[in-house]
Amino acid sequence: MSEFVDIGALSDIPVRAARVVKTHHGCIAVFRTAQDKVFALEDRCAHKGGPLSNGIQHDESVTCPLHNWVFDLNTGQAKGADEGLVRTYEVKVDDGRILLHRSAIGLQVAAE
Amino acid sequence: MAEKLVLIGAGMASGRLIELLLDKDPDAYDITLFNAEPRGNYNRIMLSPVLSGEKTYDEIITHSDDWYAENGVTTYFGCPITGIDPIKKVVSSPRGDVAYDKLIFGTGSEPFIIPVPGHDLPGVMAYRDLDDVEKMLVAARKPNAKAVVIGGGLLGLEAAAGLKEQGMDVTVIHLAGHLMERQLDPAAGYLLQRELESRGITVHIKGATSEITGDASVEGVKLDDGTLYPADIVVMAVGIRPSTALAKEAGLNVSRGIVVNDQMMTSDPSIYAVGECLEHREQLYGLVAPLYDQAKVLAKTLLGEEAAFQPVEISTKLKVTGCDLFSAGDFADGEDREEIVFRDAVRGVYKRLILRDDKIIGAVMYGDTADGGWFLQKIKDREDISEIRETLIFGPNFAQGVPADPLAAVAALPRDAEICGCNGVSKGDILSAIEGGANTLDAIKAKTKASTSCGTCSGLTAQVIQTSLGDDFKMPEADVICKCTDHSHDDVRKLIIAKELKTVQEVFQELQWKTSCGCHVCRPAINYYLVCAWPGDYVDDGQSRFINERVHANIQKDGTYSVVPRMWGGLTTPDELRAIADAADKYQVPTVKVTGGQRIDLLGVKKEDLPGIWYDLTQAGMVSGQAYAKGLRTVKTCVGKEHCRFGTQDSTGLGVKLEKAMWGAWSPHKFKMAVSGCPRNCAEATCKDLGIVCVDSGYQVVVGGAAGMDVKETELLAQVPTEDEAIELTCAFYQLYREGAQYLHRPYKWMAKVGLDWIKEQCVDDLENRKALADRFHYSQQFFQIDPWAERAKKGVDAHEFAPLADFTKVAAE
Repeated sequence: MSEFVDIGALSDIPVRAARVVKTHHGCIAVFRTAQDKVFALEDRCAHKGGPLSNGIQHDESVTCPLHNWVFDLNTGQAKGADEGLVRTYEVKVDDGRILLHRSAIGLQVAAE
Repeated sequence: MAEKLVLIGAGMASGRLIELLLDKDPDAYDITLFNAEPRGNYNRIMLSPVLSGEKTYDEIITHSDDWYAENGVTTYFGCPITGIDPIKKVVSSPRGDVAYDKLIFGTGSEPFIIPVPGHDLPGVMAYRDLDDVEKMLVAARKPNAKAVVIGGGLLGLEAAAGLKEQGMDVTVIHLAGHLMERQLDPAAGYLLQRELESRGITVHIKGATSEITGDASVEGVKLDDGTLYPADIVVMAVGIRPSTALAKEAGLNVSRGIVVNDQMMTSDPSIYAVGECLEHREQLYGLVAPLYDQAKVLAKTLLGEEAAFQPVEISTKLKVTGCDLFSAGDFADGEDREEIVFRDAVRGVYKRLILRDDKIIGAVMYGDTADGGWFLQKIKDREDISEIRETLIFGPNFAQGVPADPLAAVAALPRDAEICGCNGVSKGDILSAIEGGANTLDAIKAKTKASTSCGTCSGLTAQVIQTSLGDDFKMPEADVICKCTDHSHDDVRKLIIAKELKTVQEVFQELQWKTSCGCHVCRPAINYYLVCAWPGDYVDDGQSRFINERVHANIQKDGTYSVVPRMWGGLTTPDELRAIADAADKYQVPTVKVTGGQRIDLLGVKKEDLPGIWYDLTQAGMVSGQAYAKGLRTVKTCVGKEHCRFGTQDSTGLGVKLEKAMWGAWSPHKFKMAVSGCPRNCAEATCKDLGIVCVDSGYQVVVGGAAGMDVKETELLAQVPTEDEAIELTCAFYQLYREGAQYLHRPYKWMAKVGLDWIKEQCVDDLENRKALADRFHYSQQFFQIDPWAERAKKGVDAHEFAPLADFTKVAAE
């Protein structure tokens, strides 16, 4: 069984937007950047739990819609003066499809 | 005693030479200048603007008769040299012989005329000097006159564009496979052709002229393939040849041009050459920059200093307004070369860099040539670019991460660009004031009146001054928008209009943003400025909007949303209330609350339920209340004279009318209104952004109130007698605020900056301007009064916002 799960087409996410993948462990925000890079982060701001998928994306960062904390999409690390970390998940694009690592979805238990 | 210097030809190179000699040592030579043209030196590269009517002859003169006289230069204009005796060192002319110690050839070049049948008919001309331009202008006066330009190179296309500007019907015939093949590659040539065709110029590629037809004068041009183009004039612009006849007669070594060494000396040590007539290391030169270099070398040589002319990389720009192209270096394809190409089809931008061994050897750009100089420098320096290769094509800002020069955009503005809208002051007016001696911001403000009214252009005015005065001028501190830019809000707004920037990316590109796509601070601001500036034209960028405006609901601390339907003027009906109650039940809305703006707020709606609840509400006839918008929010009213014993006017009715006229509009910040039916002010109109207090004699329009972080009482804008005037004044004020305030400034903050008096001048005292403002507002409204809820609930707009990409909660549950 592949380590990655197909969660949809790259074109399902508009450029510089994000969409959510729902799991039993909460939501994962999947971001598509202006350069068509894809990132997957826990959809919960480290500050007050705001949905990062609803934030404004710029370069490879996202600003939380609740209190403007900014996170680096590569590392999940808060930028600037704020300190905090958001979980990141392994994700890649192959032939126009977005593939998310199974561990992100918590599927390894259910599938095996 | 000064030596005698004789110059043949008053062109640009010899003009520069004279200047340099006089500058360095005015007593070294007695200068005598001969010119076959009956005039002195003018800026020949500015012939095209004269032809197109953008400039007059007087404007392109570089050295007037007075200038020569003042500097002691003896001139013989309209006086060709007829012979040279290099042994006796004497030149002959119709006006007598003149002896020399040093003789300079600046004879320039002659246009090449293809010797096809008919090439000597009247109406066939070159494009070389002012006489040619005058002939063209005369021909253009005839109604429906037709011109055929043979040659689609730099000069031919400038002639074609100029003739088209003069109203002629223009065809360009070009032998090669694409236009300007010596400077452009096929892709850029194609873009240029498309641009010229869009202006109505016919372009015939791969066209070989076989004959110029006509009896007494030109009637047409016939090509090899049989095509016949009717013509009243034919302009030959197929190339130039150095003028060497005189030099040959004098026995000088002449190949294609007059052969010179690195010191510009010909085969006769007393005779030199400068400009287009010479040949240096088997190379001819026709562009102005290397000619000026030659003049510099020759001036030094003549004054006994060491100097040597080095061939340099040259670049080309086409002087046709609106056709932005640039080329430099070597851009042919080749085995040992790599290229980097950037295209933007929408903006018609094409950029190509040619690399060899990690160095740029050539560059071709079309549509956006701002970085041309930077690339040219890299070509000249033979700089190793491997470190910055990935972002090289995006130019200096991205490639080097150096702070962009915010002045570049201002420097690039044309002289007629408006800087101060209030007082109609252009960039040119400010520059003229500086030329007239004004050198401080205050002096320039006093002289031009720029930025003396609303003041929002003071930053821009200062930048214009700095582009002219440089370091002598100290810039006042400006409030920049964010770390992505050095521009202030006011500057960006004005530059968007002045440079007609119509997308977020264009703003970033043209105003040299320091980040690739801005940040959460600048992007929403830019998006709003574009929404306001180009209604109906600009395509709103959802990803540059804060989430509330993107999904048309207010995000709450737990990520759910609140939904507020519009209740016009605070009025509702039993049916609407039933629909709201049903929706609240159906979507298990945990909290239902009445707002301060007389609306009902449904709090705690899940994001994915938004389209559903909107659908139900729109079925009952309700639209979005835009409680989330930086835009028109609510119009709160009291019951007014319909019910109230104190009411003086129909305040509820007026509130509904205002809300119907103004809903859907975006503004720098939220905009709240209220209408009270009497001065008891039950609708609390005097702490709103705009309030109306009804009185017996009419309507008091009050503005600039606030009841948030700051509490402010409104000030009276004006009292007007009728409801219609109250509505017009309200719309005009709102539009003035929309067009002028910086993003996230409520009206009271904007008013503190521009002053109530100025606002009154604009929309109270000046009735014409009031109407124009209101008209602009209504024009804009036709594009924004579309209910965003219905669009999403019924037409599926932005469906991706509301549904998850994937849902594994169901999968695993199986």
